[in-house]
Amino acid sequence: MARASLKIVKDSGEAATEQTLYEVRRKIYPRAVSGWFAAWRWALVWATQFVFYGGPWLTWNERQAVLFDIAHRKFYIFGLVFWPQDIIYLAILLIISALALFLFTAMAGRLWCGYACPQTVYTEIFLWVERLIEGDRVRRMKLDRDALTPRKFARKAAKHGVWIAIALWTGFTFVGYFTPVRELWGEAVNLSTGPWETFWCLFYGFATYGNAGWMREQVCIYMCPYARFQSAMFDEDTLIITYDRERGEPRGSRARRADPAALGLGHCVDCDICVQVCPTGIDIRDGLQYQCISCAACIDGCNQVMDRLGYPRGLIRYSTQHAVTRRLTRAQARAFRPRVLVYSAILCGVIIAAAGGLWLRVPLKVDVIRDRAAIAREVEGGQIENVYRLQIMNTAETARIFEIRAEGLPTLQLASEPRVELGATASRLVPVRLRLQPGAAPEGTHRIEFSVAAVGLEGVAVREKSVFIVR
Amino acid sequence: MSQFTSGFWDVYIAAISLVSIVACAVFLKLQSVRKAAEADTTGHTWDEDLAEYNNPLPRWWMWLFYVTIVFSLAYLVFYPGLGSFSGTLGWSQVKQLEEETARADARFGPIFDKFAAQEVAALAKNPAALAIGQKLFLNYCAQCHASDAGGSRGFPNLTDLEWLWGGTPEAIKTSITEGRLGVMPAWGPVLGEEGVKDVAHYVMSLSGMPADSMRIAPGKETFAKVCVACHGPEAKGNPAMGAPDLTDKVWLHGGSEPQIIESIGKGHTDQMPAQKDILSSAKIHLLTAYVYSLSGAERAPHRR
Repeated sequence: MARASLKIVKDSGEAATEQTLYEVRRKIYPRAVSGWFAAWRWALVWATQFVFYGGPWLTWNERQAVLFDIAHRKFYIFGLVFWPQDIIYLAILLIISALALFLFTAMAGRLWCGYACPQTVYTEIFLWVERLIEGDRVRRMKLDRDALTPRKFARKAAKHGVWIAIALWTGFTFVGYFTPVRELWGEAVNLSTGPWETFWCLFYGFATYGNAGWMREQVCIYMCPYARFQSAMFDEDTLIITYDRERGEPRGSRARRADPAALGLGHCVDCDICVQVCPTGIDIRDGLQYQCISCAACIDGCNQVMDRLGYPRGLIRYSTQHAVTRRLTRAQARAFRPRVLVYSAILCGVIIAAAGGLWLRVPLKVDVIRDRAAIAREVEGGQIENVYRLQIMNTAETARIFEIRAEGLPTLQLASEPRVELGATASRLVPVRLRLQPGAAPEGTHRIEFSVAAVGLEGVAVREKSVFIVR
Repeated sequence: MSQFTSGFWDVYIAAISLVSIVACAVFLKLQSVRKAAEADTTGHTWDEDLAEYNNPLPRWWMWLFYVTIVFSLAYLVFYPGLGSFSGTLGWSQVKQLEEETARADARFGPIFDKFAAQEVAALAKNPAALAIGQKLFLNYCAQCHASDAGGSRGFPNLTDLEWLWGGTPEAIKTSITEGRLGVMPAWGPVLGEEGVKDVAHYVMSLSGMPADSMRIAPGKETFAKVCVACHGPEAKGNPAMGAPDLTDKVWLHGGSEPQIIESIGKGHTDQMPAQKDILSSAKIHLLTAYVYSLSGAERAPHRR
């Protein structure tokens, strides 16, 4: 990585040089690489993008399977319908994501960055397009150096055209998670999307195009907070991409059949492949650096060179600091240390709790709101009447009839319609009156309980506490 | 606000804003370069020997800082922020509210207009209109009249057939629009303690409650002289001034002996606030239909 460029501003006697604290970006031309880890990354590109692009088109219960309907405040995920009241599940999801990140990072460093992060995934896709149209590293560098000819213009235009098409489709798909995608498609074809849909399609598309086409490694190096705090979760037993200095040094080029020992050289032939394939432009032989996203491209690159020379693989490899400094074998490396076990245990616990919570979720929610101003009133025969509002939310996707009951005081009776019908995923505010026979309870506040249960359905019932006031 | 402060503070705040922005630009310029010092560090040292590597930000990042300065200056030109200068766009919170209200009216107006054109009696049978009416009622009326419109002491029950000011659609609408002020004067000072008690027992006898027979006759006499003006000779009340019917079992302020004595002796002032400045006539129309449906005058599906 280049340090700040030196700029001589004035030359008055002493070497009074000034150095800028901001550098001009050096464009990086990652060389294509293939191998075990590149295959893994591509597998994850396919897997994540298959889910992302395909997700909105799935249908479930005659509606879009995955739809985050913000306007109506309902999130549909296959058979589940989440209401704003279910925000706890979002919190749990975030906890699971955070713990998973902790665990994976403690185990194998920046796995997320190297294989699954959208920034990596889209950069990979955009690089592939770039390679297809402009050629690999050397040809791209030459093309950029060349003067602008019609041929160069055509290639650049084609590249950006394809990038923009992918970016727009990505933006469209993103919006398709928030507004029914089939309707959106109809609107998009007629160029009649609503103002916010248009904005988000273009904005998300622009972000994809800008980040994967232009910003690339700068997002990871300058902008991403996760990059920074993942580094803080490393320890000496974390798997990182390591250059085996002891085996590699002293580096130097040599004839293919030369014996390195005789030349006094290590196994590193200083071919620079590891630098050329690096998407962040660093030299892994300088050791662990904060720019390294652990994509393992250098491992694949180096292994190919080692194979050609007939040297053992793994001059650059996944290893831990302990393993390298203490020359541990793979069996001796401490993958399962207390920290990993603790993370795993907590993660398993949270996942089980979340799954249990979802499994036991009742598709009915009730809020009891006691009338505040009208505390209690006397009705015919000296009975005491209290009024409540029940906010009943039927979160199931079928219409249901619910029966309201109240208990907790002798002679307590419902004096309003005990049954209410609610449509699918509908919510209704139901005024409810409770009556108490005179003298059944002393003056004051008494705890009572409402129960609302779906008629004819075992288990779809909710109990809510409230109070009854006698005055 | 201006009456509390002098014009000086406008200038002062504007000056502080502008000086701060210019200072940001100068500071940014000065801090973008450093004297070439020890090879790879920024030249800052903390805690004796803690130095910081110079990991330079990209140049475009620095331009973002300058963009924020330009943005803030442009903002101060277009929007209020520089002392009392109100900005060239003329934006204000009140205007924004008015625009949003106008947009909402344009959107929801047609829904209300459709109902406003129909008779109250017809709307009282229309579940869609009643659903809106109920929502309005829960928002604006339920605080006093309770969520079920059953009222409480001092606030009339709207679900029965007894009306203080009349139960026709027109009367209900007038009650909501203009509000009502019902005044029962305090008769204690005029009639004396015993006189009030006599009247109370006469009134109790009217609705068939057990009453002291010794007090009924003098009470009736007083009633005919004093109370008859509003409550009428048969004590049936008068909807023109909100005087309640005293012969039924509905008691706005309680029907026990001490409560009736208190009502006569100390009087009451009951106010229904006018809604015409709060609610549009279309909303009042829907509320009227909802309240009308509650009384059972119309056997609407909404009737509990």
